[in-house]
Amino acid sequence: MARGARAAGTAPARRRQHLPSVQLKFVMAVTGAVMLLYLVLHMIGNLKIFFGAEAIDSYSAWLRTLLEPALPHGGMLWIVRVVLLVSVIAHIVSAVVLARRARKARPVRYAHRQPVQGSYAARTMRWGGVIIALFAVYHILDLTTGTVNPNGVHGAVYDNITASFDRWYVTLFYALAVITVGFHVRHGLWSGLQTFGRSNAATQNALKGFALVFAVVLTAGFLSVPFAVVTGLV
Amino acid sequence: MRLHLKVWRQSSADAKGKIVNYDVDDASPDMSFLELLDVLNEKLALQGDDPVAFDHDCREGICGACSMVIDGQPHGPEKATTTCQLHLRHFRDGDTITIEPFRAGAFPVIKDLVVDRNAFDRIIQAGGYISAPTGSAPDAHATPVPKANADRAFAAAACIGCGACVAACPNGSASLFLGAKITHLGELPQGQPERHSRVRAMVEEHDASGFGGCTNTGECAVACPKEIPLDVISQLNRDYLDARKAGRKGA
Repeated sequence: MARGARAAGTAPARRRQHLPSVQLKFVMAVTGAVMLLYLVLHMIGNLKIFFGAEAIDSYSAWLRTLLEPALPHGGMLWIVRVVLLVSVIAHIVSAVVLARRARKARPVRYAHRQPVQGSYAARTMRWGGVIIALFAVYHILDLTTGTVNPNGVHGAVYDNITASFDRWYVTLFYALAVITVGFHVRHGLWSGLQTFGRSNAATQNALKGFALVFAVVLTAGFLSVPFAVVTGLV
Repeated sequence: MRLHLKVWRQSSADAKGKIVNYDVDDASPDMSFLELLDVLNEKLALQGDDPVAFDHDCREGICGACSMVIDGQPHGPEKATTTCQLHLRHFRDGDTITIEPFRAGAFPVIKDLVVDRNAFDRIIQAGGYISAPTGSAPDAHATPVPKANADRAFAAAACIGCGACVAACPNGSASLFLGAKITHLGELPQGQPERHSRVRAMVEEHDASGFGGCTNTGECAVACPKEIPLDVISQLNRDYLDARKAGRKGA
């Protein structure tokens, strides 16, 4: 009787997971890598603004002619968008599944537990990801569709950017979001390399350093655009 | 020295537990942390109270029986130290110390600070072994092992299976434990034939037991009393990937 009660309490229900957590981590790593590659190209493209309105506007027009005539006008852009959308969805779904498993893995919390010894970036991956997702929605409405852009003329990239960043609160939100991306990339890139089994005792610190430098350069590149607009450099 | 203890008391697996305050006035800095609890329990027994249940065995830091989270850290604040090897000289007179069981869904509390760590045994049963009759110890150089592999296998084999990595992990993952076993056996020639089936079976059992996934925060490696390095998790991931690839080829 007592034994039965104890067995019920001590033996948690065992449930076979069809997708092991290790495999979901590979999904996180691969989709993260796809999005990171896009971010790098996006950041480099943004720097065209330093060569003037003409440079960035024509760059935007050129993106639509990629692989023409094999692809229709804007075809390559749509392929990139679809790949990104699939990556974003897979990344978020895996993250949600893993976060729910993590929550279930510790049903009773500690009364006293110091903050995680891991980095600030590691601790803010989940909520940081939510912030980035919300920012991405606003960012697309602002500078892709132009729906919430004060200028909002399709193809007038330079004017749209400067119009958007002329509002201090948009610039502030953008800066905070980009810094959040930086933190996300700092831990995500290191974590992805670890997931692919590319880390060992000798390379661990080097990989962490590489992820940090990568994240800082990426963040600085993205921040340079609003900085230039606000200070009147462009 | 005088110490104020806030100890998790839970009379049975299904009972609702709570933190109870105790004062120990006659602690000595030379006592181990487990001896502190022995002193407390002696007092409780004399008062006719139920002593605090806690796991312990060798008290030499090599068996992996002792557990508990001391002031928010598995095995307490000292680096590379099990609870039994933690001495009170690392605390100050008048300190308040919070003592809780390892917290994980896969490690349910049996009583007070004692948790059921059978999940680790199930993971080992799933593949953490070599299925060949080994007999007596073989000649040391019968099978040559390169020095680097031997060292890495040895470092991973230092794992005593205490579960501190799970207790420390924000995701309640046992990846460091899993990685330690995968690396320990995977670095040695005897571990090769079952390398792929081992990682798949152990990962499956790990998840089925309700441990969470790894997010590479590194919390486990800091808590580990045997300083198992974080890169064993990288090895686990790589071996799992290789096993999946081999599985698809039908090898």
